[in-house]
Amino acid sequence: MPRETIVQAVNDALHTEMAADDRTLVFGEDVARSGGVFRATDGLLEAFGEERVRDTPLSEIAIVGAAVGLATHGYRPIVEIQFSGFLPPAFDQLVSNASRIRWRTRGRLTAPMVVRTPYGAGVRALEHHSESLEAAYAHVPGLKVAIPSTPADAKGLLTSAIRDPDPVLFMEPKRVYRSFREEVPDGEHTVPLGEAAVRREGADVTVVSWGAMMHPTLEAVDKLGVDAEVVDLRSISPLDRETLLASVRKTGRCVVVHEAAKSGGFGAEVAATVAEDALLYLEAPLRRVTGFDVPVPLLSMEDYYPPQPPRIAAAIEETVEF
Amino acid sequence: MDGEPPSRPPPRVNTAAGVEHLSQADLRVETHQVVTAEGTVEASRVPDLTDAQFRDLYRWLVLQRTFDERATKLQRRGQLGTYASGRGQEASIVGSAFALADDDWIFPAGREAAALLMHGVSMRDLLLYWRGVEDASRMEGANVFGVAIAIGSQMPMVTGKAWGMQLAGDDAVAVGYFGDGATSTGAFHEGVNFAGVLGVPAVFYCQNNQYAISLPFSEQTAADTVAQKALAYGVDGVRVDGNDVLAVYNAMSTARARARDGRPVLVESVTYRRGAHTTSDDPTRYREEEEVESWAARDPVDRYRTFLADRDLLDDVDEAAVREEVDEMFDEAVAAADDYPHRDVDEMFVHLYEEPTPELARQMEWYRDFLDDHPEMDEYVHQRERG
Ligand SMILES: Cc1ncc(C[n+]2csc(CCOP(=O)(O)OP(=O)(O)O)c2C)c(N)n1
Repeated sequence: MPRETIVQAVNDALHTEMAADDRTLVFGEDVARSGGVFRATDGLLEAFGEERVRDTPLSEIAIVGAAVGLATHGYRPIVEIQFSGFLPPAFDQLVSNASRIRWRTRGRLTAPMVVRTPYGAGVRALEHHSESLEAAYAHVPGLKVAIPSTPADAKGLLTSAIRDPDPVLFMEPKRVYRSFREEVPDGEHTVPLGEAAVRREGADVTVVSWGAMMHPTLEAVDKLGVDAEVVDLRSISPLDRETLLASVRKTGRCVVVHEAAKSGGFGAEVAATVAEDALLYLEAPLRRVTGFDVPVPLLSMEDYYPPQPPRIAAAIEETVEF
Repeated sequence: MDGEPPSRPPPRVNTAAGVEHLSQADLRVETHQVVTAEGTVEASRVPDLTDAQFRDLYRWLVLQRTFDERATKLQRRGQLGTYASGRGQEASIVGSAFALADDDWIFPAGREAAALLMHGVSMRDLLLYWRGVEDASRMEGANVFGVAIAIGSQMPMVTGKAWGMQLAGDDAVAVGYFGDGATSTGAFHEGVNFAGVLGVPAVFYCQNNQYAISLPFSEQTAADTVAQKALAYGVDGVRVDGNDVLAVYNAMSTARARARDGRPVLVESVTYRRGAHTTSDDPTRYREEEEVESWAARDPVDRYRTFLADRDLLDDVDEAAVREEVDEMFDEAVAAADDYPHRDVDEMFVHLYEEPTPELARQMEWYRDFLDDHPEMDEYVHQRERG
């Protein structure tokens, strides 16, 4: 098994799935010649040719909307939006078309497609390059949202997303794109959508996170020496309620960590799920450690925005000692 | 018919029917030029400027080039964030801004440093902007909007600003700067169409530098030119040689005059980005060195220097002195940027609403206290890991 970074694992999944199914097409801005701004699509043009790997005009609306049209014609489009901050114009296509085509046509037409996009702060880029609006997308009925935190999951979840019969938004944590490697299974490797992973077992508190925030979360837990159970949601839509609730029922405590703004963030959905179905198991109020209710600051202040291990650790301690 | 629905014939083409198709092949789009690449001057087109103004134009060209060179170096040394250079586009940047008035509003796209400086932004603030300091986005003292990092997103605002100018009876125009890539966005088409319908004083200024990151213009659109797109929206189009500073000046001056009469204009300035897309891009992946070199022969600064020399104006411009002057300004601006007061975490929270919401106020207060109690946060905040 090769050791890969997340960005290599994404590339690996694309190669493997494109080789396995010639209905798959990859397109987006700079994905072909240049191999994508983060090189996630490197080598695809050489391997699969111009018909299946295409550079497109600067047209987020057309990229996502065309993917819907192609998908209804039997193709499996995998499109890249360079940064999730540029997805909003295409939000209309996701909401008005991709997510409801099956429902609207009573199952006659469907949109099996994947929109890949790097998200989150931490790479010192310009304005609009740091958003983590996953909750907005998870709020769209008919759209699935997967967010890997490790290289092996990146390959496995992306493979499942490509094979999924419905539209999937695949958000890649660019902050940790290249910061570590792990062994990733060769060839075919899937991780089912809608299945959380327990990254670390523990009895005292459940710490729930996903994507880029898994890493400061694990770092905080390791340093604290608390017997924490760490749950990586991996897909926020569909949400794996069973794993989440089983863990909270076991530990009686819960902390949610995410990078996006607090109000209306996906942590609120996690908290509500726990409140609805595991409230009586709780021995402490659920805590959220999140970004603040502001746009992500520009690079000089950027690192003050996302939860850092000390903030996560403080919330876990507070919860455990409650 | 037996209750069968009426049938229709299989599609068939009757070429004799004489259906006419509009085609861009029928369209002639001239490229306005004053000084050719070889240095020949069309005397009747030379704008009516004083010798001092002709020399000023040259200073600005040198300033744009020097600013780009020095900012790129600063970025390499880790003293700026990602930087987008305008190398190769100097005439397009300088000629356009030279034709504007202080009351006009500029909506920048990022490469046009000299245009912003000419319009009143300080060099210090421009550097602070590229350092990712929020305050710099105020573009203090100049009618300049924030840089449109979301490509094309400024266009409808240009229309709205121009609409406001019209309603208020201002004698000014709103000018959107953008690249050829931006012309593929929905916002561009909606913004220009809207301006056409309203008849507002807007100028849409496209610097067609032939690439949107790795995508060449020929794949950005099937249209031969950007200028022709104006016709679809009933606004005027102009195509100009963007490496000819005087031609650009002419184009923007006339566009501005028309716009003030309520006729929006789309200007296409045809130029070439000689550098990388930004400091994080590797252009060798998508274009040949020969192509880049072929544009060096059309260098805007050289071309204008020839013009000045022909008019005996170059002798009055001590080139070395201009460069030295610009270098000095740059040094001072870097020093001023370095001296910019340290900001604390409140910076993140202010200016989102006129009054912070109760939740926002709570978050700010909480964070201040948290940072006070957890000095170890600095370690994490200052660790500069990259993805
Ligand atoms: C809406 C949007 N999509 C994608 C990007 C990423 N991106 C930044 S610049 C750029 C190309 C812009 O090309 P063009 O408009 O021609 O301007 P140029 O950079 O050539 O001056 C792209 C794709 C972005 N900033 N905004």
